[in-house]
Amino acid sequence: MEPAGTETFANPPRRAVLGMDSYARLPGVPDEMLDPDGRIRPLWLPLLEHLQSLEPDKLIRALGRASQYLRDSGVFYRQYGGGTSIERPWPLSHLPVLMSETDWEAISAGLIQRAELLEMVMADLYGPNRLVAEGHLPPSLVAGNPQWLRPVVGIPPRMGHYLHFIAFEIGRGPQGKWWVLSDRTQAPSGAGYALENRVATSRAFADLYAAQNVHRLAGFFRDFRDHLIAAREDRDARIAILSPGPWNETYFEQAWIARYLGFLLVQGDDLVVENDHLMVRTISGLRPVDLLWRRMDGDYVDPLELNPASRIGTPGMVSALRSGGLTMLNALGSGALEPRAMMAFMPKLSPVLTGQPLAMPNIATWWLGGADERREVLARPERMALSRALDMGLPFDSDAPPLLAGGMQPDALANLLARAGAALVAQETVSLSTTPALIDGRIVPRPFSLRVFLARTADGWQVMPGGFARIGATEDPTALAMQRGGAAADVWIVSETEVPAVTMAPAHRGPYRRSAPATLPSRAADNLFWMGRYVERTEQITRILRARHIREAESGRGAEPLQLALDALLEDYGVTPDHPIPQGLIDTLSAAVASAGQVRDRFSTDGWSALADLEKTAKLLAGRVRSGDDAARGLSAILRKLAGFSGLVHENMYRVEGWRFLTLGRLHERALGTTASVAALTGPDAPHGGLDLCVELGDSVMIHRQRFAIATTRETVIDLLLLDPMNPRSLRYQLDQMFGQVTELPGGVMHGEYSALARAVLRCRTEIATGSPETLDSLQLSALTENISALSELLTEGYLR
Amino acid sequence: MTAYRMQIAFRYDFERPTGAGRQLFRILPATIPGTQSVQSASIRIDPDPVETREFVDFFGTRVIELVMPAGISDLELILEADVQRLAHGIGLDISAPLKRLATEIAGHRGLDARSPHHFLAATPRIPTTPEIADFAAKASHGAATAREALERIGLALHREMTFDAKATDVNTPPEEAFRLGRGVCQDFAQIMVSGLRSLGIPAAYVGGYLRTLPPPGQPRLVGADASHAWVRAWCGADAGWIDYDPTNACFALGDHIDIGFGRDYDDVAPVTGMMRLDGGQTGTHSVDIEEAPLQVQSQTPSWMPLALDLGAKARARSRRETESVAGSE
Repeated sequence: MEPAGTETFANPPRRAVLGMDSYARLPGVPDEMLDPDGRIRPLWLPLLEHLQSLEPDKLIRALGRASQYLRDSGVFYRQYGGGTSIERPWPLSHLPVLMSETDWEAISAGLIQRAELLEMVMADLYGPNRLVAEGHLPPSLVAGNPQWLRPVVGIPPRMGHYLHFIAFEIGRGPQGKWWVLSDRTQAPSGAGYALENRVATSRAFADLYAAQNVHRLAGFFRDFRDHLIAAREDRDARIAILSPGPWNETYFEQAWIARYLGFLLVQGDDLVVENDHLMVRTISGLRPVDLLWRRMDGDYVDPLELNPASRIGTPGMVSALRSGGLTMLNALGSGALEPRAMMAFMPKLSPVLTGQPLAMPNIATWWLGGADERREVLARPERMALSRALDMGLPFDSDAPPLLAGGMQPDALANLLARAGAALVAQETVSLSTTPALIDGRIVPRPFSLRVFLARTADGWQVMPGGFARIGATEDPTALAMQRGGAAADVWIVSETEVPAVTMAPAHRGPYRRSAPATLPSRAADNLFWMGRYVERTEQITRILRARHIREAESGRGAEPLQLALDALLEDYGVTPDHPIPQGLIDTLSAAVASAGQVRDRFSTDGWSALADLEKTAKLLAGRVRSGDDAARGLSAILRKLAGFSGLVHENMYRVEGWRFLTLGRLHERALGTTASVAALTGPDAPHGGLDLCVELGDSVMIHRQRFAIATTRETVIDLLLLDPMNPRSLRYQLDQMFGQVTELPGGVMHGEYSALARAVLRCRTEIATGSPETLDSLQLSALTENISALSELLTEGYLR
Repeated sequence: MTAYRMQIAFRYDFERPTGAGRQLFRILPATIPGTQSVQSASIRIDPDPVETREFVDFFGTRVIELVMPAGISDLELILEADVQRLAHGIGLDISAPLKRLATEIAGHRGLDARSPHHFLAATPRIPTTPEIADFAAKASHGAATAREALERIGLALHREMTFDAKATDVNTPPEEAFRLGRGVCQDFAQIMVSGLRSLGIPAAYVGGYLRTLPPPGQPRLVGADASHAWVRAWCGADAGWIDYDPTNACFALGDHIDIGFGRDYDDVAPVTGMMRLDGGQTGTHSVDIEEAPLQVQSQTPSWMPLALDLGAKARARSRRETESVAGSE
């Protein structure tokens, strides 16, 4: 089918703006914007007019708004290669792909039919296995498929269906027809990126987006979410998204979707199976999870019954499914539908199972385990690409590039097929249609494919009106893979009539009910606690280093005794001051960023940006500053950025449990740091100038001058830095605050009785509150340090295991 | 018909008290109509598990699922069972000619547990290994039927390999054990499965036990001190599955007691799962199987629901113990 809107229009003359006058179809390849006669389709005219009407600098600013949005939200994906992985900014192709509503309806109908078909195949593979018994599917193909998970054969899905959220990769072939390129039934990614593309693109072209009747995406997510919420069997139980963790290439998206839908983001470690039910470890103990949206490959979910090599699963998950104590979507084992070889059978299975031929064909595929198929490929090897039968996805996405059968010697080909046929598929090589992309100020045709998402809702399958277009980096259709430099674009489904506005807000039912803040998984609490500790530790190390550089600049070698005392403090932090900004400081900061990276679903975008920016600054300075004054100035800049981050946390973070653990981490680390520097610099054998240095490290120089007109003495320092309840840098202040926080934690006070942790904090606090400079000698201080250190253990024991 | 009284024991000691743990035990003798029946079976576990469950896995093996409480420092599991085993003779060779085997396999439609299709593909534990494939091709040279190939490969492997309980561990890949030329029953079985599959003969890995004491006048079988493993090959539509024990160079008949079979060790491992451990763990595993007088009173012919005897804490009689945890020899 040709795209709609081909009727002859008075096509306005093309202007030489953005290279539009030379935009042309590639030979033999359909284009989304141009009809077969080379005229611009009416659907695209508003966008083109808008682009051409913008002054060049305005266009650059418009595109900049989209990129800025993505940067600010920290949208990234993780790129693997050469044994390392790096976070990459999201490669947005700014021009959306436009589709008419009529075209889209046809695509949707074809994909819904395919979704129903896949559900039936799945139900058979994990149920009666009739398709194999009746000869519609080769038994060896199923038996040799590592994603056909035998332990879940015979376990019925609790919601009645196996598949709930799937995606298809589709492309338009040379005749203008749409083809399914691959089925994504395991745990498809990209829906969150599609949403981000939408927000970014609509920022770049805000006026145009508002004026066009573009179908909104929110309704699709809302209906899916509401369906899941209604499907819970236990109304108090949570819905969680199971993530492989921050090292997964699409972790960002998982965190994003979790935040968007209000589901809990969990990893295998957070979960435990107890009495047939899945529970999440939280700071208030185990809490039930009734429904798990799986975003990892099925065989990794349970090391006990599935892949024993999995380190990211939860032992007992299959057991919970077997006992019916859990709904998982998609059902375990849904990856069995994905291998390319399965596509060879879909055209035949469709009439058998649905009574209808496929409404949208998939790319022609032959599984070469069969003798007939081998003969067919040998007879006409031209335009055939050979690839691994059980691999998933698009042939040109694979690590191992496909082999062109036509390019092989006939004997070699026959040999290969005879020897390894069952491991191979042949697929007709595809060339994809093109869509306009804006590259270096010119609009040029680029091949593209679409990823379309389908979700099962209360009304059956729904297709996300839009999706995610992958745009090739060059004219070569094999360059699509994002991992190799392709880009992603938004897809606008344009209606001729006004589209309804939709929001994520659920339909109004009954009076407003305040929902209690959700309980915090222990792992998230642990990461927040340690993030707090690392950030505070960074600050302390920075202050020590700055003091050291200032002394060096002021007194040169005369400062050596003080420097030695400071070096001893640094050593406690594992920092060797061998560079103006030593690696140990960067490592501590990176540890804070890493902890934050584990809890991105609970962390504001601004907070994340501030922390990431801080790390970038520190790394930049580390390679640049010279010892002494220069370094001191650089460290001061780091301190200011740290204060900015702390301000964001303090001012903006909602006072839920997560904030408490972050705060406790900071208080605890500061309590330890202050005590350590006081102990090191106020003792009888402390170097000359130690007392003033101590006040400086405690950031209390001004207040010391105001409170004590006399010179700095051991007593004034201990009073101000340890005992003073009004000084936000003092030990007393930290312990007061900690006590307040720990009594607010679950079980902190039960019927007037304190938890073990609260009692321990109270003991430390009482000791300081009743102490005096005389009683706090170095022996006392070291005992106190130990007691404060032990608080971390108690906290871990009580909440973080 | 031989009757056996068996006692299987697992004991662990943990350096530090452990977190809670979930474990699967595949240790119960199977019920195979006409070949093996279980008269009684009971299991004692000390300390008491917090959860116990039982299910039958894809390949028909009965699995005991336990969740142990947190904070335990030792664990003991003892299975006592009475089993009857009927030794069939090996009989005439009605297996498929090797040339026709592929056609017979293709003619088998269905993916039930005993379908040959499960047992041809490589698995993580038994990958395709060219050296073993070469060995199997040479050893089976001239064999006309699948059973002949099975026996020739088994005999050749027995000559090639030396039984050595110290040379390998449970995770030694077959390729490495084959190069060493040493190993225990798991290694023998894995190498043989790999070789058979390379020839297109469907081959399963079988877990089970051997009688500890031989019948009078016969030598003691190797690998009787612990769980045992051997090979099961699909030899055509008529002959079906045939068991061969390469460690003892014999068809597995009356002296072998089946637990279950699968594609590799992971499908039949006696114990799966770990405690959440801080420290180390040591353990012992013992197997005692004695021939018992045949009982005359009426027996329940098939399996009875497993009585997990959770209360009894009485220590069992003294037994021989070997130094392998969940070991398979």
